[in-house]
Amino acid sequence: MNPAEASTAAAPSKGTLRVVQLYPRDMNIYGDWGNALVLQRRIAWHGYTPDVLEYNVGDPFPDNVDIIVGGGGQDSGQLAIQDDLQARAGELRELAEEGAPMLVICGLYQLFGRFFKTRTGAVIPGIGILDVETHGTDERLIGNVKVSTSEFGEVLGYENHSGQTTLGSGVRPLGTVPKGTGNNSTDGHEGARYRNIVASYLHGSLLPKNPAIADFLIRTAAERKFGSFSPGTPDDAYAVLAREHAARRPR
Amino acid sequence: MVFFSVPLGKLVRRVSRLRGGGSALPGLVVEKIDPGFMRRTLSTLPHGVAVVSGTNGKTTTTKMVVELLESQGLKVFTNRTGSNFTRGVAAALLGEVDWRGRLDADVAVLELDEAHAVHFVNSVPPRYCLLLNVLRDQLDRFGEIDKTAQLLQHIAAKTTGTVVLNREDPRVARIADTLTGQEVKYFGLDESLLGTFPNDDDMRAAPGSPAPAGLPQKPQADVVLLKVGADSAEFAYDGGTFTTAMKLRGVYNIFNAAAALTLARSICGGGAATANHATLLEALSRVAPAFGRGESLTVDGLPLDLVLVKNPSGFRLGLKSFPAGGYATMIAINDNYADGRDMSWLWDVEFDSLRAEGVDQLTGSRAYDMALRLQYDDVRIGAVQPEIAPALAAFIREGRGKPKRIFCTYTAMLAIRRELAKITTVEVVS
Repeated sequence: MNPAEASTAAAPSKGTLRVVQLYPRDMNIYGDWGNALVLQRRIAWHGYTPDVLEYNVGDPFPDNVDIIVGGGGQDSGQLAIQDDLQARAGELRELAEEGAPMLVICGLYQLFGRFFKTRTGAVIPGIGILDVETHGTDERLIGNVKVSTSEFGEVLGYENHSGQTTLGSGVRPLGTVPKGTGNNSTDGHEGARYRNIVASYLHGSLLPKNPAIADFLIRTAAERKFGSFSPGTPDDAYAVLAREHAARRPR
Repeated sequence: MVFFSVPLGKLVRRVSRLRGGGSALPGLVVEKIDPGFMRRTLSTLPHGVAVVSGTNGKTTTTKMVVELLESQGLKVFTNRTGSNFTRGVAAALLGEVDWRGRLDADVAVLELDEAHAVHFVNSVPPRYCLLLNVLRDQLDRFGEIDKTAQLLQHIAAKTTGTVVLNREDPRVARIADTLTGQEVKYFGLDESLLGTFPNDDDMRAAPGSPAPAGLPQKPQADVVLLKVGADSAEFAYDGGTFTTAMKLRGVYNIFNAAAALTLARSICGGGAATANHATLLEALSRVAPAFGRGESLTVDGLPLDLVLVKNPSGFRLGLKSFPAGGYATMIAINDNYADGRDMSWLWDVEFDSLRAEGVDQLTGSRAYDMALRLQYDDVRIGAVQPEIAPALAAFIREGRGKPKRIFCTYTAMLAIRRELAKITTVEVVS
């Protein structure tokens, strides 16, 4: 598909990993394509063959899914996918419980939870894979964010949401926020972790500047499919510098 | 208070210009001490006020409308500094009114940022408005694009005479359904050009997938852009087709010429003047780009083009309109408030078109975010230097003998123009 993959394909591939983007047509508001692109490239840089598919409303659900990635949408986008997402809840829950690695950002983070209650009191049901609930507010949480995590070190990104999410006992937070707001304006946590799901409000996009999370998803996928993961050597020099500069920017 | 506000504001304006300061402070001063100043002054204009708003192309379109109206003998007041906040309008007014606060003009054509336009129209209902497009931009300020569309709808609702809408942008065209008393006019594109305008909705739509809900049947447009040549354009209106030379480049600038023609024709038709089509087209052919918007400067005897990029659609159109072949390329990305702090938008732009030639210099406070973006699109990177002055110097030094192009965000463009003014002729914008 592109020169980089062609050139790395000179060595025999360690196997194919299939990445499925959930609803890219309706849920793509904050550079969510960046996350899929990073997975596509890094899978190749690690010596595997990426197979990136889109799943949109009404499509047949792909087989043999190794990684799921889903993004944020506007209110109208969330409405557009709502019924289809409910219809796919069973397949997605099964994948999640089996330990498939998933990244869900912003809007799909909320809809992977139990429900989203809007400001007017309407309740949009989620698919309940994550034990979280979200309440719409008049306050928009916007700005650069720094998250301290035990698994991925410091996670950097940008938040822009008015829904505030609280975690139940079935999930743990991705981390705490020394800068920014995160899940809600009270408890100082950002994101959620459950099995191999990483859920977060952060875009920016998230994966380019946080390759540790990208590699966690790829490693987990490879281990599930092939029993082990043998990493390649991606050049993360620009990611390191972009992180240093981003961390110094104002909120 | 009212008696002092104009002389005081003018004084602040003089002092702040002496200090080389921005255009907004004097406007802020007069707004604070005399909030009725703007309405009082603008309501005296015989042909009223026209507001131009939308995500992309406001500055160049406003400039075109002004020059088109001037070609018809009208005296036009405008905020030509690109300071498109309300206080920028107040500041520009201060520069134009006499010491008693009177404005000598037939009509005002004002460029307003979507959010500020809402404040403005609440205080000064315009007779005309021109709504260009709703694209992803500054979501950190506006929240969602659907919300931005609501801002534009509010501007249309407050307009007392004619609302000019982009027929090809569904979020803008749909505003017509919400209007009751106003006259609605459209500007549009020929079918053959629709594909050259990627919009955010089909950005990630799979090939062959149904287009987002547009208008079921397209309404008749007042002016349609039919064709774009290397330095010419063809428009259809009044049942005929008209070809004119164009100084403006970039297909999006030329589509905005159709928008400007529609508004200028409406204002003339509203009794301001009898539109003379030959002089209108001649004026259009002479319009030069607004500063930083496809502006071409000369460095070492060769062109250096500045292309302002503020959002994904603007960047995609910029890359499409100005092919990289033969050019040295620099990209300058800042994340100051006026640029937007969120860098996500860089991931909504494909940079494949730069792969063959690479990018020579990256600069700005987010130069490394840009480097990371290009790495993931396999684009070769020459050097990365977040400080703009040394990066620009290296770019000019190493690109000697080649025409140059700089894609830059708003505040990066201001910094680059300041640096370039030291070595070449740069139009002074007060």
